[in-house]
Amino acid sequence: MERHFDQELAKLKEELLRMASLADAAVANALKALVQRDNALAEQVHVGDDVIDKLDVEIDDRAIKLLALRQPTASDLRFITMAMTISGELERIADQAVNIAHRALELNKEPLLKPLIDIPRMAETARGMIREALDAFVYNQPDRARAVINRDNDVDNINRQLHRELTSFMIEDPHTITRCLSLMSVAHNLERIADHATNIAEEVIYICEGRDIRHQPTTP
Amino acid sequence: MTALLERPMKTATPTHAAPPLDAQTTETAPPVPPSLADEEMVLEVRDFCLWYGAKQALFDLSLKFPKGKVTALIGPSGCGKSTLIRSINRLNDLIDSVRYSGDMLLNGASIFGKTVDVIELRKRTGMVFQKTNPFPMSIYENVIYSLRIDGENRKSILDETVERSLQRAALWDEVKDRLNESALQMSGGQQQRLCIARAIAAEPEVLLMDEPCSALDPIATGKVEELIYQLRGLYSVIIVTHNMQQAARVSDYTAFFYLGQLIEYDATDKIFTNPGKKQTEDYVTGRFG
Repeated sequence: MERHFDQELAKLKEELLRMASLADAAVANALKALVQRDNALAEQVHVGDDVIDKLDVEIDDRAIKLLALRQPTASDLRFITMAMTISGELERIADQAVNIAHRALELNKEPLLKPLIDIPRMAETARGMIREALDAFVYNQPDRARAVINRDNDVDNINRQLHRELTSFMIEDPHTITRCLSLMSVAHNLERIADHATNIAEEVIYICEGRDIRHQPTTP
Repeated sequence: MTALLERPMKTATPTHAAPPLDAQTTETAPPVPPSLADEEMVLEVRDFCLWYGAKQALFDLSLKFPKGKVTALIGPSGCGKSTLIRSINRLNDLIDSVRYSGDMLLNGASIFGKTVDVIELRKRTGMVFQKTNPFPMSIYENVIYSLRIDGENRKSILDETVERSLQRAALWDEVKDRLNESALQMSGGQQQRLCIARAIAAEPEVLLMDEPCSALDPIATGKVEELIYQLRGLYSVIIVTHNMQQAARVSDYTAFFYLGQLIEYDATDKIFTNPGKKQTEDYVTGRFG
């Protein structure tokens, strides 16, 4: 039986996906601003964050109304509560993109330290995780969400490797310290973005299976 | 185990087979789900079948009800939940066409045994109905009705029972100054709480409730629900309700029935957040029923 309620749930899902695509674009643009030394694009990421913040509030508002008026149960309940959590994760992903854009504006004032290789690689992995987590959400595929969780280690590994490399730069030449710290900060932001994508994947598993796999020693 | 039948079966086998169910329904829920493993049980239903004439209403029900807890029976109209609860105090005996097989054990003893006195059984299994049914007598006499049947006349015992039962039914403060007034003058919600007080005055082993709030307004419903919540620990409550949110609010365990079969039986929070069967999911989310 098709319920009127299903249309309201579909609307919530639609808004969440719109927010996800904006957050993903924010990360892509922040990286582009850094790699292509494009200050205008960095500013755009900063301004665009307002739209994402508003969507976060709208999604929470919509979800709270559905909880109050529909008293959802079972998968409906899991979907609505997780929609609120996922919108929070997306909002923070966008905030991390804004942080990266700020670092880009600082780095663009100084000469390029070295060609950027690891950071774009990290960004691609993190963005791939966001998209996969969201696809798992759209198509109700918990196995796809599990694969996202496993990829978090890749991002952590690149981050550690980058730290070692930048540390050696700073030891060799203290003039690079400011730029190295900014790049470390970008790497940290990307690492956090991957963590948020992992959280979304865990939330998708909860929506699909009703199992809370957070904070467990090994991921099943 | 042999079926203990008070009423002889009119035909050896049912003429109607079970209605066709999809693959999921054929696998019925276990009588004691893992979440109930640590509970002490008050009532056990064993392989219970019931027919109204040729039509079979309950199919091989086996489940155990925990002591001191509230268990809700949910399911769409005609799923057999009221039939089951009315079998527990043998109200179905009053219907000529009803036959049953299987057994029910109240604290270990069959309720269908030859020596079982049905009046006595109904005291051990207090029942509250959808329509409030206070007797046309005073509030006081309503509460102690079962004690009067037993010939209890000691005023101190009767007074004590009235106060304790009305306290537990959350009605004492509202009626303590007018215990001798007619129960029929009370509001609907008060009448229902009086019926609960009357049922618990007999210290029943299980308290059966068949849609106890469906005739009440939201405020009275809230009071009765709060009362049911507070009765846990003191009484073992089995409640039939059409209102799923009510089942979610008041019960510890929930059994979902469909077409006379037990589909899923588990902790209430499990049933309402992550049911194990698709049919339960469809029912609690309002996709059918």
